[in-house]
Amino acid sequence: MTVMQHTAHGSRALIDFSPQATSLEVRDFGLRYGDKTALSNLTLRVPRHRVTAFIGPSGCGKSTLLRALNRLHDLNETVTREGSIHLEGQDIHASSMVVAELRRRVGMVFQVPNPFPMSIYDNVAFGLRLQGHLPKRQVDDVVEWALQSAALWDEVKDRLRASAWSLSGGQQQRLVIARTLAVGPEVLLLDEPASALDPISSLKVEELIRNLKSTLTLVLVTHNMQQAARVSDYTAFLQDGELVEYGPTDTLFTNPRLARTENYITGRMA
Amino acid sequence: MREQASTPGDALATQEGRPAVASRRGRSPRGEGPWAWLAAGSVATSLALLALLLGLLAVRGLGHFWPADVALVTLDDGRQLAGRAVKEAPLPDQEGRERLYRVGNRDLDGDIWEWVALERIQGIARPADLVVLERRRWGEFMGRLVAIESASGERLVGDAAWPALKERLAVLEDARQQIARLRQETLPPLVRRVEGGQASPEERAALASAQAQLAARQAALPGDTLVLKSVGGRSLRQPLTEVVRALQPNDMGPVEKLVSWGQGVWRFLSEGPRAANSAGGVWPAIFGTVLMVVLMSIFVMPFGVLAAVYLNEVAHQGRLIRWVRIGVRNLAGVPSIVYGVFGLGVFVYGIGGRLDTWFFEASLPSPTFGTGGLLWASLTLALLTLPVVIVATEEGLARIPASQREGALALGATRAEMLGRVVLPMTLPAMLTGVILAVARAAGEVAPLMLVGVAKLAPQVPVDGEFPYLHLERKFMHLGHHIFDSAFHGSDVQATLPLIYATALLLVVVILVLNLTAIFLRHYLRGRHGTRPTY
Repeated sequence: MTVMQHTAHGSRALIDFSPQATSLEVRDFGLRYGDKTALSNLTLRVPRHRVTAFIGPSGCGKSTLLRALNRLHDLNETVTREGSIHLEGQDIHASSMVVAELRRRVGMVFQVPNPFPMSIYDNVAFGLRLQGHLPKRQVDDVVEWALQSAALWDEVKDRLRASAWSLSGGQQQRLVIARTLAVGPEVLLLDEPASALDPISSLKVEELIRNLKSTLTLVLVTHNMQQAARVSDYTAFLQDGELVEYGPTDTLFTNPRLARTENYITGRMA
Repeated sequence: MREQASTPGDALATQEGRPAVASRRGRSPRGEGPWAWLAAGSVATSLALLALLLGLLAVRGLGHFWPADVALVTLDDGRQLAGRAVKEAPLPDQEGRERLYRVGNRDLDGDIWEWVALERIQGIARPADLVVLERRRWGEFMGRLVAIESASGERLVGDAAWPALKERLAVLEDARQQIARLRQETLPPLVRRVEGGQASPEERAALASAQAQLAARQAALPGDTLVLKSVGGRSLRQPLTEVVRALQPNDMGPVEKLVSWGQGVWRFLSEGPRAANSAGGVWPAIFGTVLMVVLMSIFVMPFGVLAAVYLNEVAHQGRLIRWVRIGVRNLAGVPSIVYGVFGLGVFVYGIGGRLDTWFFEASLPSPTFGTGGLLWASLTLALLTLPVVIVATEEGLARIPASQREGALALGATRAEMLGRVVLPMTLPAMLTGVILAVARAAGEVAPLMLVGVAKLAPQVPVDGEFPYLHLERKFMHLGHHIFDSAFHGSDVQATLPLIYATALLLVVVILVLNLTAIFLRHYLRGRHGTRPTY
């Protein structure tokens, strides 16, 4: 993989992955809530089968960007956007793109675990069943595989019929990840997935993220600098709706090119 | 004004630089002021009033069925009367009090009540041989059984008369039930087929044989005559077929009385009304009330839920929707009689009249759907309760966290799938809350029903063995209307009063049972999904 760094527009930095290594590409993307600008003129490429972290102060737009990647903003009528986002070279806003299909390919895990009020099994099978009737054996197999991939199988295999709400917070978050994996996404978006969890559960989720990148492209939004440094391969620093600096995590944390980045990182890590 | 220095407030106050503020908290041990007492007081008052209401209804209503002793009162002029004391009051013009006795015997005395000044009473006895007869006409008889004469001229006198009477009453009751079955279950469908001109020859033959059977049974009813004598000495010949029940209350032990009370309550619940709704039971009214409320719930649920889904999930949340929402909430406050008028105009005359000209032309000018009936009453009440269901469902929908919706969408669900598989199932308890409120309102409504389908007397319940089994066009009886009718249209309200209390109690119990059913269902639905309460 060729990694080049260059400065395109003033202070904005971006890494250019070759198109073959790029999973998601954001081009000149901007987004407004009503007349309030949340993101402006963003361009970046997310590499395939790597963990990319978005960091930045509260309100910088990193969650907004994440939610733009699977068009969750569609529900909000006040949102207007410009620019484009491409998944494997395909414009996600194109009329040929079915939004439900996009979201199946780009799964998302939220900050607070949100299992449905159903059994553990039904939660994992939820997305599968949306795609039509499948033989029960096949569903069983996928459920087991997904729970194993999310490192939850051993804890819940004896109580798949129990309510998902009876699990602990950390288990619920891994269940939600399993639920997302079950539909076979290419990209997994994680919106501060460990911030509502205790340190042990948090570490388990991080370990899971590292394991998943062999098959998935992961995008992680986090407030936790150490977490970003521990799990991500690339890090993008956003501030005030703009991409400030984007580069390999090691470089960005040890040797940021811009003073704004350094201030943020050291201020938070001190 | 410092309090003890151990409170956290004071610890803070001693911090350097912080202005000293004395805590005024904690004067009363648990921080309760007069508000706690006021709140607790109003709860206690409400509960007490509720208990009073139920207690009054229960005592007055259920007490009626207790076979109380009959007093034989001897007055100072030697005259005797037999009756049950009802109440006492001061004499109108002089010192002293008088007591009201329910003496029955309307056919002998013209009235069933007698006021007696207490000072005129010489003695009160409870002789065991006093009988109380419940009759189809003229109400109760209280007095003595002299003899029982059979149609063949056999005459039983004295001690032999009472056991014979009980035995023949049992035979009579059996025959009556068979006749009732013929009249209410076998005959009506056949009659309707024949009158409608659709009957096959077999059905005509069946009708003829059923009618013959009925005539034969009626002819075979025991033709005994009771010779009765009031304690005042007047005689009466009473055909046995008119007698519903015979008791010797003064001769009954507590257990016997309890059994008799249970039978009385059961007859009240299971039989139809008699004597222009002033006696007998209320079974058709119970059935009508429950059926109407159930139909109403079936009608109101889908409409209310769909409307709420549209308002909350589909429509663009603009000014128009805000006005629609305000309108819906205000509809809940429209007086129910207005809905009755609407139902009469639109459902009964409009739609019903149209249906009659289209599908039931053969039976015009007598209306089929063009008159009040079960269907129109349920629809009118569904309309009346629609705002309640919409508001409750909307609130339920609004309480589903955005994270659940986004979770479903993020798995590739369409908006319809998100609604159908995640949001609506989670809203079910809220919908049931709406139904509970709707039932509570609808079951107690009387005014609109009087316009759109309730009947003073419709002893045949609207469900029977005749196709289509559920007769939506029929008029029906309703407990609330039954109370109104017997309380204001009877000839002697004082005599019907206990039954009115009993009916009122029953109406409350019916609503309670309907609500409890919905509440348990809601509880079950909440419990099924897990332990985390989110709504």
